[in-house]
Amino acid sequence: MPRTPPPAPAATQPHDTPGLGARSVHQEPGPKTLLATHDLVIDVPERPPGSPLDLTVDPGQCWGILGPNGAGKSTLLQTLAGLRAARAGTIKVKGQSIATLARAELARRLGLVFQTHHDGFPATVLETALIGRHPYLRPWDIESSEDYARARAALAAMDLADLEDRMVDTLSGGERQRLAIATVLTQDPSLLLLDEPTSQLDLHHQVAVLNRVQAIVGQENRGAVLVLHDVNLAARYCDHLLLLFPDGQACWGPTATMLVPSALERLYNQRLSVGEVDGLPVFLPRNE
Amino acid sequence: MTRSFLLALGVLLPASVLSVLVALAYGSVQIPFPDLLSVFFGEASRLHSTLVLDLRLPRALAAFAAGGLLGLAGALMQVLLRNPLADPYVLGLSGGASVGALLAMLAGLSMFSVSAAAFVGALLSTILVFGLAHGTGSWTPTRLLLTGVVVAAGWGAMISFILAVSPTAELPGMLYWLMGDVSHARNPYPAWGVLVVVALLALPFGRTLNVLARGPMQAAALGVAVRPVEWTIYVVAALITATAVTQVGAVGFVGLIVPHMLRLIFGNDQRVILPASALGGGILLTLADTLARTIIAPEQLPVGVITAMLGVPVFLFLLYRSR
Repeated sequence: MPRTPPPAPAATQPHDTPGLGARSVHQEPGPKTLLATHDLVIDVPERPPGSPLDLTVDPGQCWGILGPNGAGKSTLLQTLAGLRAARAGTIKVKGQSIATLARAELARRLGLVFQTHHDGFPATVLETALIGRHPYLRPWDIESSEDYARARAALAAMDLADLEDRMVDTLSGGERQRLAIATVLTQDPSLLLLDEPTSQLDLHHQVAVLNRVQAIVGQENRGAVLVLHDVNLAARYCDHLLLLFPDGQACWGPTATMLVPSALERLYNQRLSVGEVDGLPVFLPRNE
Repeated sequence: MTRSFLLALGVLLPASVLSVLVALAYGSVQIPFPDLLSVFFGEASRLHSTLVLDLRLPRALAAFAAGGLLGLAGALMQVLLRNPLADPYVLGLSGGASVGALLAMLAGLSMFSVSAAAFVGALLSTILVFGLAHGTGSWTPTRLLLTGVVVAAGWGAMISFILAVSPTAELPGMLYWLMGDVSHARNPYPAWGVLVVVALLALPFGRTLNVLARGPMQAAALGVAVRPVEWTIYVVAALITATAVTQVGAVGFVGLIVPHMLRLIFGNDQRVILPASALGGGILLTLADTLARTIIAPEQLPVGVITAMLGVPVFLFLLYRSR
């Protein structure tokens, strides 16, 4: 373990695999690719463009985005969901540019769980999960019993079945977060974008949520992109990682090649101790 | 949702009919119910026919339409601003309408011109507030709300100025208009047309509004084209408020209280709240106007006084009782 943070990876080769010097193979988008970005630069105010992103999320893949506070992780996720304009580059979802996709169609292809949740007017837990069906319903449609069944199944998967009549504003932070995930499960898109889905959850529910995501990604034509702060959960659940540095630099690739201690130490500006549990690396902050 | 929708309509539709019947039966002269029926379905005295068909019916219908429009506008503005305490006048609309109407009265124009001036004033204020709130950046509910409040204060100063310089003989008419007054509404049918069309068009967008109430980002993530929907709500709410104000003057509290009360009873589904607010607003204003005609008959009170006196305690009670 180096005792001083390692030098930055060369800025000219941003998606070199950190620390190893080997360039990660750039994957060309295929016909089944769920999400493909080309030269994407997200719009973080007063920041140089950094590394343009050429990401490809294929079915069966679960991507983790790691980075310190303010690195632009949420901005990236919201840009991918078409909620923020990018500074440059293109984003294709299932082969079609999001600029030309109707909002409702985009919402059937990808769903986003935000970090924070606003409930303007009081509503019950079940009503809140049911809005996940909105992209599928025409103006005059009323939620069918099948829609209700989907919402209830999603609530059950998030351990919220007993709370379906509770008002949302009476939920705890963790319950509210699980409800947001249940809403996106009800929405049932091909690509899940989750912004810190486990940040307020207890250990059991962290694992439960990520197991659920893993199970969904295992289904046909599904994928996920997660913003996580827990490197160890990312190491266990994500097969690809994207490291976002505060200056806009980024590198990405398969998880095994990205979990280089020196790169993570530079990412978080924090020295780490590395161990091994069940054949997988464990990273803990070192206090010295 | 279907259950509360049917429940709301099942209660409010008969109540609407009842409120109009009450408005027809009560006033300076009371008409017993059998006599009232015979006005429509049989032989009635000339006095009763004139009283009911020529005087009370147009007025009751005008009050109902205006109340319905204000209730609907209130429900829409509360979703747009994501604030359950927003009202249709939040954008300085009633102030603009009042200044227009008072200026027309000062110039000695006809009642029709006063209404037209009120409509123009309302729209002017709407454009002013939206333009200013938009400014150089994007508008947020808070910014829109603040701009509306400040512009309304500006109109308030102009109203005071006009009242101060107006001849004394004009003042009662002006004050009645400011407090809301149904007595000069003679042709309720255009307002009814607007009410029915807007209420029917709003119905299929109820679910979209439900999603929008959870914030623009969440709504966009669920497939709502947020900007066009917000624009539409804004324009529609402004137009129907202007239509109502043109009919009955600046009646307060209907648009604030009715949707809020209905929410406490029927829940927050906009598919229920929008039509219920239209009916509830109509019922409230029709009954309030009947009281305004009856309490100190043959003199009449401005209906705005009644809506405030009825609305404020009911609202406070419901608010106090809710969690």
